[in-house]
Amino acid sequence: MMGLVKIIKPGVFTTVQDEGRFGFSKYGVPKSGAMDLESLRFANLLLGNDKNCACIEWTFQPPVLQFYEATSIVLTGAPVDAFLNGEKIKMYHQTKVGKNDILVINFCKNKVYGYIGIKDGFRSLIVLGSRSYYGGITAKKKLSIGDEIAYEKQEYFKGNFSGISSSFFTETTKVVEVYPGPEFELLSIEQKRVLMDSVFTISNSINRMAIQLEEKLKNSIFSIITSPVLPGTVQLTPSGNLIVLMRDCQTTGGYPRVLQVTENAINQIAQKRMGEKLNFVLVSF
Amino acid sequence: MIDKLQYIRYSEKAILIQWSSEIDERTLQNLLFYKKRIEIFYDKLIIEVISAYNSLLVYYNVAIEDFYSAVLELKSLCFSGFKNLKVKNRLWKIPVCYSPSLASDLENFASQKSLRIDEVIMMHTAPLYKVYFIGFLPGFLYLGGLVDPLHLARKSTPSLQVKKGSVAIGGKQTGVYPIDSPGGWHVIGVCPLDFFDPKSDPCCFISPGDSVQFISIKEKKYNDIRLLVSNGVYLPESVIL
Repeated sequence: MMGLVKIIKPGVFTTVQDEGRFGFSKYGVPKSGAMDLESLRFANLLLGNDKNCACIEWTFQPPVLQFYEATSIVLTGAPVDAFLNGEKIKMYHQTKVGKNDILVINFCKNKVYGYIGIKDGFRSLIVLGSRSYYGGITAKKKLSIGDEIAYEKQEYFKGNFSGISSSFFTETTKVVEVYPGPEFELLSIEQKRVLMDSVFTISNSINRMAIQLEEKLKNSIFSIITSPVLPGTVQLTPSGNLIVLMRDCQTTGGYPRVLQVTENAINQIAQKRMGEKLNFVLVSF
Repeated sequence: MIDKLQYIRYSEKAILIQWSSEIDERTLQNLLFYKKRIEIFYDKLIIEVISAYNSLLVYYNVAIEDFYSAVLELKSLCFSGFKNLKVKNRLWKIPVCYSPSLASDLENFASQKSLRIDEVIMMHTAPLYKVYFIGFLPGFLYLGGLVDPLHLARKSTPSLQVKKGSVAIGGKQTGVYPIDSPGGWHVIGVCPLDFFDPKSDPCCFISPGDSVQFISIKEKKYNDIRLLVSNGVYLPESVIL
């Protein structure tokens, strides 16, 4: 039997996300998927779900939700104080939810993206192999007040809930591991030195498509013939801006691809706030 | 062909295959044949291939354990010959209404190029444009073949919202916006067709390697076709090349 969750307050930018789309890039369709895939996977692991089950992803300001039927949920990602019917609940632990329970999560003070996982996943419509929201592909770009999403009602609960200690998920690092991008070797020795030795700052321009860095890198290689890009590709624009492409990025681009952020580091850089510092460290495959 | 190709490790999950030549139709043919071979050899659940002007990005759904054997396998697919692969390319007739009342930049574009509107229309509808790949937006076709007199640098300030169906020119390129999007190109016409429909399979009816010709239509016809398209009963016109 299906239950419904109702969006009482939507938060700033709240969407449904799974691991994203695979096989549609050739039509220009972005991959999408959770900005912090590791947190999505932890939510699903702790619920005993398939790894691709859809979670709700919120940005800075979490939503307020009401669950119409019994289920279990797990909160992961950005650390927050969360309350079910006014009672504080733990992150990275399964919480049993009863009929008509209301989930309220306080504004997050660290990191950017949080995840609400649910037993067997949220069942919004699958479009092109994924439930991940993306304007123009899914009917909605983000969740709004009054929206309802289906989930499978949970009839029986097992008592053996597992969890993860908080030290594990509150850790942050300044280091962002990268591989050299296809155009890395076109950079001068001086440009490479600045790129690898400088501390960079996350600018105000951050969204699901890209993160722009504040510091510029003097650019002499201008543009390239339009070529494929992936989430994690670091582009250098003609004016010297460094842009880290994220999950909703285009499939092709015309700026030199100087670095490629590792899969794991994409999750870490996604959680950095404006003003936070980072430095790139080259790793080998 | 093999010695001209470069295999570059792009990420844990991706290998970039790069041609030395730039934009030309022979490279496109080779690249599309190679892409097809890769897609046939591997299950589509394991691999997807993104193509652009002179490169293919082979993206695996799991981390590549051994880059060298993965490249050897890809190279063997290149070697095994393309001759028994037949690709049917089509020429699509794409209706476009070049009317100043629907295309916000048409008059301005014509005056910047010192052309009459009918000259712009004639020059834009004459060529058979080659579809190189789909990128930038879902269903956005990268077309080759815009004539020199219609080249015009992008607007210095991009429009916040270019409407779906806008036929536009930016630099040396022309194309149709498949969905609403911000953009810096000059809108010279509107097309009633849907170039991207997530509910169809495939979600784009035009493929790389196909050709496109724009056909000038009146506003009345635009509205008629638009009605058919929104009811899902319009079949775009095409011939096999």
